[in-house]
Amino acid sequence: MKILVGVKRVIDYNVKVRVKADNSDVDLSNTKMAINPFCEIAVEEAIRLKEAGIASEVIAVSVGTSACQEQLRTALALGADRAILVESDAAVEPLNVAKAFAKVMEQEQADLVILGKQSIDSDNNQVGQMLAALTKRPQGTFASKVDVEGQSVAVTREIDGGLRTVKLALPAIVTTDLRLNEPRFAKLPDIMKAKRKPLDTTSFADLGVKAKQHIQLDKVEAPAARQGGVKVASVDELIQKLKDEAKVI
Amino acid sequence: MATLLIAEHNGQELAPATLSALTAAQQLGSDITILVAGNDAQAAADHAAQCEGVSRVLLAQGDSLAHDLAENLSELIVSHASGFSHIMAPSSSVSKDTMPRVAALLDVGQLSDIIEVVNDSQFKRPIYAGNAIATVTSSDATKIITVRAAAFDKAAASGGSATVESIDAPADAGVSSWVSDELTKSERPELTAAERIVSGGRGVGSSENFALLEALADKLGAAVGASRAAVDSGFVPNDMQVGQTGKIVAPDLYMAFGISGAIQHLAGMKDSKVIVAVNKDEEAPIFQVADYGLVGDLFDVLPELTEKL
Ligand SMILES: Cc1cc2nc3c(=O)[nH]c(=O)nc-3n(C[C@H](O)[C@H](O)[C@H](O)COP(=O)(O)OP(=O)(O)OC[C@H]3O[C@@H](n4cnc5c(N)ncnc54)[C@H](O)[C@@H]3O)c2cc1C
Repeated sequence: MKILVGVKRVIDYNVKVRVKADNSDVDLSNTKMAINPFCEIAVEEAIRLKEAGIASEVIAVSVGTSACQEQLRTALALGADRAILVESDAAVEPLNVAKAFAKVMEQEQADLVILGKQSIDSDNNQVGQMLAALTKRPQGTFASKVDVEGQSVAVTREIDGGLRTVKLALPAIVTTDLRLNEPRFAKLPDIMKAKRKPLDTTSFADLGVKAKQHIQLDKVEAPAARQGGVKVASVDELIQKLKDEAKVI
Repeated sequence: MATLLIAEHNGQELAPATLSALTAAQQLGSDITILVAGNDAQAAADHAAQCEGVSRVLLAQGDSLAHDLAENLSELIVSHASGFSHIMAPSSSVSKDTMPRVAALLDVGQLSDIIEVVNDSQFKRPIYAGNAIATVTSSDATKIITVRAAAFDKAAASGGSATVESIDAPADAGVSSWVSDELTKSERPELTAAERIVSGGRGVGSSENFALLEALADKLGAAVGASRAAVDSGFVPNDMQVGQTGKIVAPDLYMAFGISGAIQHLAGMKDSKVIVAVNKDEEAPIFQVADYGLVGDLFDVLPELTEKL
């Protein structure tokens, strides 16, 4: 079984983003970048399936600028067998990312695609579902458990009321939630070895995908800042404030 | 202009989040149709028909719609999409699962989690865990939108008299099936609908200790929430997680106990009207957003607070 995993290059989750002075976008210059945490979970899950003898090959795929090679190399160090970069200059919209993945999925004849449920920059939560629609395949979103059973996969999903398990016919698309696994760290010898693993570059044109603009970014602003409050010295003072000042109890 | 609003409901009535999304739909000034899908949802459709400003309710009932399978639900929505300029839904695990699928089938983009309607094609939405607000314009003929319920007031669930029209449920797509649910049972209010929330983090220490929070919650008629660390540690189930990648809440009162205030947590609760933080570390970032901060041990504060209220 062949698995594709998505790898997106995003701001490190510990870094608080700044808005550019001209409000055109956020300022990512000199910002620490990393693999999107949900993509890291996707890579980990794919590697575990390979270690368990269920997957034969794990291919990491990224859509973005040439800088994404850094995150693909990390995925290779973690255990992916090879990598594909769909190179593109501009920020790519989810639907266009999904179209690129659909082509790669077809070319590679992948049986399972594991993507992060959302990226922590644009917070869209769209690509996996769009890919499933484009390929007319089933989807298991927000997964906290993935069990491959022959020609199908059972996915336990985190939903608003708790957990729901669905069974999907392969090929299928799975998107990861936080509790699916705890990703490993890359070891130094593996980082060295990853440099020799294949990383192919392709493009929207090569894949025959026409990227179209659907949504335009007009402006980015900082959110309204919350007024800092006061410290209270005791439970009695807290209760008095909540009753008399805030009037919420 | 016409809007198709996909209802979130429990079979009996619309979820409060649907009424918030209805407000967003009303702000577009368009004709509004509500789609209620499920296997036993007549009562929810009748509820939708009474809502202010709704001209039509479509009710689809059938086995293929019983467990919100996105493969089937998206087919239903797409087959009724023509004629609508906007297809909206309140953000929820069902709409997050289904709406991008609808968008791709229609070959259009999606606007996730809008917090403001600027005009019929321009909207505001949070990005980077709410640390930036983007204004975006959609150029698609059909705009697919999910609405952050906490950002809109609830529309009146009365005053309307729409007709309910039954439509066919789609055939099962045949590629996915429901196996089982493990739902959290609670007598307390639902997190995203609660006016008060008592939330606990890693500092609470164990699942047993969450009883201290529950006692306070019951005194206040509040829902109980948690940080990711509390969920990951197994203290409470996943559906209690508040944050960037969990539930987004904006109650009148949010009380955080033993939560440090990571940006991912703040993203889910910083629009609450009044925030109280109790933490033994006076440098904890949660204090920067708290209206009332109490530096202290939660194991002392919680019982005292519960007793004195
Ligand atoms: C991709 C991604 C998504 C994420 N999504 C979310 C999300 O949706 N929601 C979320 O919450 N987090 C999320 N996180 C995690 C987030 O970064 C933090 O790790 C998490 O919020 C920390 O939880 P905490 O505050 O409970 O724990 P800690 O940060 O460990 O804080 C515990 C606090 O408890 C205090 N404390 C300890 N004992 C006591 C006591 N006896 N009395 C009083 N105070 C005490 C400590 O001083 C400390 O401030 C996400 C992270 C990533 C990478």
